Parts: sequence; C-alpha cells; structure tokens
Amino acid sequence: MKKTIVIFLYFALSFTSAQSLIKVDITRGNLDPLPIAISPLYVDSSSEKSDLFDINKLGIKISKIIEQNVKSTGLFNPLSKDAFVQKPDIAHLKPRFEDWRLIKAQALVTGKLLVKDNKLKVEFRLWDLTAAKEMLALSFTTTPANWRRVAHIISDKVYERLTGEGGYFDTRIIYVSETGPRDQRIKKLALMDQDGHNIKYLTLGNELVLTPRFNPTNQLVTYMSYFKNMPRVYLLDIETGIQEIVGNFPGMTFAPRFSPDGKKIIMSFAKDGNSDIYSMDIEARVVEQITKHPSIDTSPSYSPDGKYIAFNSDRSGLQQIYVMRSDGTGVKRITHGKGLYGTPVWSPRGDLIAFTKVRKGRFYIGVMRADGKGERLLTENFYQEAPSWSPNGRVLIFYRETKADKTGKGFSATLWSIDITGYNERRVETETDASDPSWSSLLSK
Amino acid sequence: MSRNLLFSFLFHASLIYITALTLPFMLREPVDLPPIVSVEFIEIKDKTSIPFAPKAREIIEKVKEEKKRVVSEQAPPTAKAKEKPDRIPMPEDKKEKKELKKKKQNPEEIKPQIRQASEFEKKELFDTNEIAALIDKAKEEQAKTQKKNDKLTQSNVKNSFAQALSLSEEDALRAQIFGCWSVPLGLPYDKDLLVRIKLKLKPDGTILKSEILDHARMNTPGQSFYKILAESALRAIRICQPLKVPPTGYERWKDLQLNFDPTEMLKG
Repeated sequence: MKKTIVIFLYFALSFTSAQSLIKVDITRGNLDPLPIAISPLYVDSSSEKSDLFDINKLGIKISKIIEQNVKSTGLFNPLSKDAFVQKPDIAHLKPRFEDWRLIKAQALVTGKLLVKDNKLKVEFRLWDLTAAKEMLALSFTTTPANWRRVAHIISDKVYERLTGEGGYFDTRIIYVSETGPRDQRIKKLALMDQDGHNIKYLTLGNELVLTPRFNPTNQLVTYMSYFKNMPRVYLLDIETGIQEIVGNFPGMTFAPRFSPDGKKIIMSFAKDGNSDIYSMDIEARVVEQITKHPSIDTSPSYSPDGKYIAFNSDRSGLQQIYVMRSDGTGVKRITHGKGLYGTPVWSPRGDLIAFTKVRKGRFYIGVMRADGKGERLLTENFYQEAPSWSPNGRVLIFYRETKADKTGKGFSATLWSIDITGYNERRVETETDASDPSWSSLLSK
Repeated sequence: MSRNLLFSFLFHASLIYITALTLPFMLREPVDLPPIVSVEFIEIKDKTSIPFAPKAREIIEKVKEEKKRVVSEQAPPTAKAKEKPDRIPMPEDKKEKKELKKKKQNPEEIKPQIRQASEFEKKELFDTNEIAALIDKAKEEQAKTQKKNDKLTQSNVKNSFAQALSLSEEDALRAQIFGCWSVPLGLPYDKDLLVRIKLKLKPDGTILKSEILDHARMNTPGQSFYKILAESALRAIRICQPLKVPPTGYERWKDLQLNFDPTEMLKG
C-alpha cells in the first residue's frame, strides 16, 4: 500500500513539474550568411620537398576554391584570412575554439596535404566552433592533376554538413559557346566545371548546335544539331567522344531531355506543322508516342520519380504549361496566368517546376509548385530563357541575351545563376558568349 | 347538412383570420448580438504595469488640469456658443458640465471614491478614466491577495500564471535567439522539424546544461537533417548565452525548454 502511495506521489509530482516547465517557441532565425573560417591546407613536413608540382602553394589554392564555392551560394560568409588566429598545422590538430570564436567564426575548415607514391592525399576537418567539436573528417587520394576536383568535393561535404542538402560544386556545365557576328554565329558545344574552369570544346562549330542536356546518371549528353539543314537529336558520350543520331524520324526532332533514370530520351517530333512528344529507350531503341494532339506540344521534362511529364502546349490557344502521366494520360493545364509559359523543368527535388514566362515583351524566369500554384518570378530581363537546375534543386542556371542595335552590335549572350529564393543572382563567367546551359549531376556520388 | 358545413366553414375561416391577425405580433425581431470579442488574460509585470490607483489618479488629475488650461488659453468661452447645434457632445464635455453643477449645489468637493451615485448617474458618468480607476482597484486587490498568497506554502503558489514568463520577458528571450540562430536553409520543409531543447540555466542566464529531448532521432537513418537542425539550434543557444532571462524569479526559469521549428521560415 505504501509503495502504491509513493509511486502515485512520484508521478503526481513529476506531472506538476513537467507542467511547470517554461516553454518558448523559436520559429524564426536569421538568414545572414554563416561566418566560416577556411584555413589554408598545410603541407606535411615529409612532402614539403616534393618536386612533383608546386605543392606548397596548393594548400592555399585549394582553400581559395573552397572559399569561392561556399561564398557563391550566398549562405556562407568566409572570413578574411588576415584575421585568423592560429597556424594551419596547429589548427588542424585541434583548434583553440575560444580564439576562433573571437573572430565570430561559427565553423572552421582545416586540412593537410601529403604526397605519397606520386599521389596526392588531401585530408580535411570541419569544426563546430561553438560546440567545440569536430563535425566531419575525410581524406581523399588522387592524381595531383585532380586537385581542383578535390577542392570541389571538400566544398560539397562542408556544404552538405552545414546546410542539410547535397552540394553542387563537383559538377560540370555543358553549354553552347557562341562567337562571331550575330548573323554568322559559330556555335560549339562546350563543357566546363561549375566555377567556369577547365573549359573543353566538344564540337568544331561546323554545324549549329542547340539545347545540350546532361544525362542525370552519367556523362552522356543529348543535344540538337542541324545536319543537312535538318534538325536532329544527337547523343554524345563525353568520355569517348562518340556521337550518334537518336531514332530514325522522318521529320525534325528537337528539345531532347533524359528521363531521371537516364534510360530514355524524351523529345518533340514535328511533322506537317504539328509537333508531339515522343520518348525513346536508348538501349532498346523503342520509340513511343506520348501526346497525340493537333497542337504544338514541346519542351517535355520528366518529374524526378519518372511518373509525370511537364510540357508546354498551345492547345488552349496560348502557350501554357501542362502536366500528364508519363504514358500521356491525365493531361492537366497547370498555368493560368497572363502571358506565355514555356520550357518547364522539373526540380531534382520534385517540389518545383522552373519555367520561362513572356509577358508584355519581357522575359521572366520563375518557379512554381508542381500543381501550378505558388508561382514566383525570380528574375526579369529583356531576353532570358532555358533554366536548368543544380543537382540539389537550389540554384538555377540560365542564359540572357542583350539587345543588338541595327548594325547587330551590342548583342551578347551570357550565363547567369540564381537561387530559388530569388536572391544571389550571379554571372557565370565563360570564355566566349554562352547560351543553353545544362547542369550535370554530381560527378562523385 | 349544408348548415353544418356552413358553420364549419365559418368556424375555420374565423380561426384562420384570428391566427393571421395575432401571429405576426408573436414574431420577435432577431436579437442583434454584438460580435464576440476575445479577451486574452495576460500577466502584467513590473515593466509593463499600470501605476497603482492613487498614483494614477494624480496623473489623471494633472492631465485634466493641463487640458483645461490649454482650452482656456486657446479657446475663449464664446467659441462654444458658435458650435453647430447637431454636434455630439464628447464625454469630456459632459464631465465639465457635471462638475459645474456640482459646485453650485455643494461647494465642498466629494471624493469620487466615497460618493454614492444612483444607477442613472452611473450611466451618465461613464468615463474611460473610471474604467482605468476600476482596473487600478482590481490591481490593488490583486496585490493584496498576492501578499496573502505569499504567506502560504510554496506549493500553493505554483499555478500556471506564476510559472509562465510574461509576454515581454518571453519576447526579449525570443528576439535574442532569433538573432543568433542561423537556420540551415537546405532542410526539407515538409518533414517534422521540431527540435526541443531543455536547458538548465545559471542565475546570470548562462547555460549549465543543455539536452536535446529527441536525442535518439539524431542518429536515426534518413533523419540526417534533424541532426543538422539540432546542431544549429545548439549553436544558437551557445552563441546567445548569457540568455536574456528576467533578473528575478530564478526558481521560475532555471529549467527552460526551447522549441525550435523553422518550418515557416523554410516554406518562405
């Protein structure tokens, strides 16, 4: 009996104490970039005299790339190295957290370089300075020429650990490089790292190339090219350089894009003034007609689960965006706003669709939910189009053209990126004029 | 037979006639209910408290006198006569007239607390200052009961009002943490993102101990975002410390629970 009373009293007391606990809800925070210190990577004493390459400068170079990458997101504020309070080698062992906190840093990246058997070993650590603990520690071994990629991979890991979503730094962008006067443009396929380095030209510029698109699973690219004045969809393997025509269509094919599993290409096929959407299995070469409508259906894009397709069509009179099941059934119009809507691209996250909108002679890049609601226009300009998603679904890359005067001067085409919040609009530097960008998936998964 | 039929007809006709005449009188007009006004009871603390009745009365009297002076200086009494006849007298004007009457009848001024007013007069004397005085009186009474309660045992003091932080205290704490919390923007906004952290505080607001209540979720596969969110919340608390807690009543807030939920922010 006594026991029961004691238990009862215990529960009664614990209940009252639980009730009396003061609770405060925190539903807002600040959106200021997170202050982060990126210490130069130090060279291990055993490798200092290595004559393989200029290893002593490499540590600073890698830390600078990480710094540029995280800064470009708009979510981080890399602190000036002049304010750093500890030598890189000592900080890498164990930072003096209280000293780093003095310069208002919340996170710290440290690292070490080592050369062993002609291979470069890069080690890094990410520290939580407020909690005074290590958050992440990884090392990579690679050929020395690959040091830029290592810097990008470290940036991805840091970004992922601090923001909760995948990074997009170890990626490449394929685009159409443009040179020459406006009426005699030479267009080549070009490939570069997402930060604009390591540019490679994949075609010679003899034929016009348009709308290159990356395969989301590997290094295949599909694009449209004019061969004997007939636009056709091609497939190109970046690694081997082999290219081939996709399908044997009697008319012109355009606006190709891969399915999320990379096994199919979906595109438009035009014949007698009517264009419909077709898909083709890359391996089996089986072609399937998806839409059958007397209107112009084009720019198809799969949802990341492959169950739906977004496309634009003028079946209602004006060009609008529609969504249907991947077999072509259940077509539903999702845009009802004023103006023309085109080039829908489904986000890799699946929640948003990016599009181009034309209204009153101005071009907008925007995003909306997959049901067409919650439309947000991110940027407005004289001419801009072809948005492409970063693999984490946070950033869009697109191109912008400027108005030419009567003589054709003043025309330019440039690449730009913008965050889905509409902030952090940035020019993506390229050697030449550039258009039609497409973002690859992460190279290292 | 036909006679009976006639009687029946007349009888029913008269019944219908009477009903038609009397029923509309029974109709009542729908009651015009005033809209419901919700009232939230909050505890007014020292910082936000209204001064006690005697003090308030002094202030009110001062303000009144000042107003009178201003009126006499700027507007001569003749100006009142020129006013439009349809002008609705303001409560302030009524009060002035009443005071004049009072002076005629009784030269000695009766203190408003003692004076007995009839129901009619009460209606006439409706004044916002009166309400303020009533609130003050209630406050006085509350203070008295509080003193009595203080004499009782501590367990009796524990009630929901005594335990909660006042709105201003809670707002100060919240605003402080808002500034320190860098929300990880990549989190999936359609998931359950609530992180509950229980704190044990020192009297100066520094943290003695912090504990994540759903700690097991930190290492659950597929919930990696939760770990990132919890870490960011812990960072915010550490950066913010010492927390802006009330200078008194340590027993009340030495254990504190903070619920971090960025869903609204992430949805934008």
